[in-house]
Amino acid sequence: MKRKKRLGRSFRNLIGFFIILLHAAPFYVLITTAVKARGNYSSRWTLPKNFHWENFMIALQDGKLLRSMSVTLFITAFSTLLIVSIGAFAAYPLARFRSRMSKTVSLLMLGVMMVPPLSVLVPLYRLMVTIHGLNTYWGIIILSATYGLPVSVFMYSNFIATIPRDLDDAALIDGCSRYSIFFRIILPSLKPVTSSVIIMTAINVWNDYSFQLYILQKPKMRTVTLMMTSFFGDGNTNMNAAAAATILSIIPLVLIYLALSKYFVQGVIDSAVK
Amino acid sequence: MFTRRRTQKATENRVLWTMTSPAIILMIVFVLMPLVIGLNISFTNWNGYSQSYYYIGIENYRRLVTDPMFQKAIINTVVYGMGSTLLQTILGVSYALLLNQPFALKNTMQTVVYLPAMLSSILVGYVWCFMVEYSHGAINDIALLFGVSKVDWMGNGNRAVLMITIANTLTFCGKAMLIYLAGLKGIPQSYYEAAGIDGASGFQCFRFITLPNLLPAITTSTILNLIGGLKLFGVIQSMSGGGPGYASHSLSTLINTIYFSYQDAGYASAIGIFTFLFIMSISIVLQSYLNRKAESNE
Repeated sequence: MKRKKRLGRSFRNLIGFFIILLHAAPFYVLITTAVKARGNYSSRWTLPKNFHWENFMIALQDGKLLRSMSVTLFITAFSTLLIVSIGAFAAYPLARFRSRMSKTVSLLMLGVMMVPPLSVLVPLYRLMVTIHGLNTYWGIIILSATYGLPVSVFMYSNFIATIPRDLDDAALIDGCSRYSIFFRIILPSLKPVTSSVIIMTAINVWNDYSFQLYILQKPKMRTVTLMMTSFFGDGNTNMNAAAAATILSIIPLVLIYLALSKYFVQGVIDSAVK
Repeated sequence: MFTRRRTQKATENRVLWTMTSPAIILMIVFVLMPLVIGLNISFTNWNGYSQSYYYIGIENYRRLVTDPMFQKAIINTVVYGMGSTLLQTILGVSYALLLNQPFALKNTMQTVVYLPAMLSSILVGYVWCFMVEYSHGAINDIALLFGVSKVDWMGNGNRAVLMITIANTLTFCGKAMLIYLAGLKGIPQSYYEAAGIDGASGFQCFRFITLPNLLPAITTSTILNLIGGLKLFGVIQSMSGGGPGYASHSLSTLINTIYFSYQDAGYASAIGIFTFLFIMSISIVLQSYLNRKAESNE
């Protein structure tokens, strides 16, 4: 029995090993490409004799990668701030009140989650031109926040629904207003789900491509994703430097993920399971 | 008593409006209004920048019926949506079943499989370009090793759609895996113990305990994957740009191309309105079907 158990374990390790290889392969290829000289056409699976670190230098110089990272960070931080605060605020009455109006608003939020951004991009672009939101930080921040809100409202109201209603009722009897209940009782207990909301929505904003492509057209305002498209674009033939730039651009996310992977896992679960 | 209840309800409604109004205003201005403007543009021949345009009635919608590019994009969108969902469900469930048991590489596997799911889909597409290239591509390098001749993966429409679906699946199946793993962890161990005493086989346990109890997780994950697959944009844009020709366009990338390259904003809006209704109705039908199934199982 014990031997059978150990056999099962090593069998699982073997399968797990192959799954890891399969999923890591594209990134391994990315690394070998990034450290090869331009014009080195050896197999993508082999590492070169001499590592060409200058690809990374090219990526940092020409691409102004660091600047685009700080632009993206700025947009992500402010969008996430809006998503978290407006989302938590809206989630409280939606989770607590059972009126028809509350249900209608919840449905509206769910509906927005399904709207494919590309289907409204033409009119959205036109709207942003009209309100002078094109090539502005507030323009992209407000768009990213709007399309990130439904997830945040959904996660917060699921969480608030698990906080006992008796707390609210007791406070109401003591003469508390709904607002002070929200700020004094609900808000302090939202900490665990807030980390999930931040992770799930910040990643979406950071990784967004379609909104940024349409709204930010000045080279100065290029975000990381826009920068990468120019690296891989038609004009550029140095794919090794492009690979190096890709690695540099994902390093911050990967480090954050490795440090906080517990919260990432919780975030996925909170955003999906009711 | 009656009046008190009524005033309470009035207060509740006031609180509801105050607290949700920032969110509602944003939704109305940046989601509903664009939908209405888009509907309006779809009845014009606007080119996207000029001041003048004419209303041409339902001409743009009539074009949809005969446009082979649009029809190809619908089929591809369905293939991307259904294909990714099917593959992600199979991979997600099998990975979760594996991770639900102890082994040394467990944590490493979970970390590696989920890692690409938090990267930008357009970046992941670029990474995959190094895999599927014709000359010097990583997959073709393996093919050569085994003496098989090279395949031009992205040179043929059907193969391009297949590779994009596979890339999308391998990138984002980590999300499905985590959802299923959480679902598996929620099934009480006592169910399996009871079944073991009754002499149930491994397959019977899976069919009659695991699967039905996993149904809520399957519902959410399927809907998330399907909507994600139907909306697919970044991976296609960076792997094929919709090519060769227009053979791997999804509705999303087609809208982008028609607007930017063909400067046909009216027609792009018509496709946008169609895409919105299309994805919305598929999600609603699927959601109500799966919910009913989950309820009947309880």
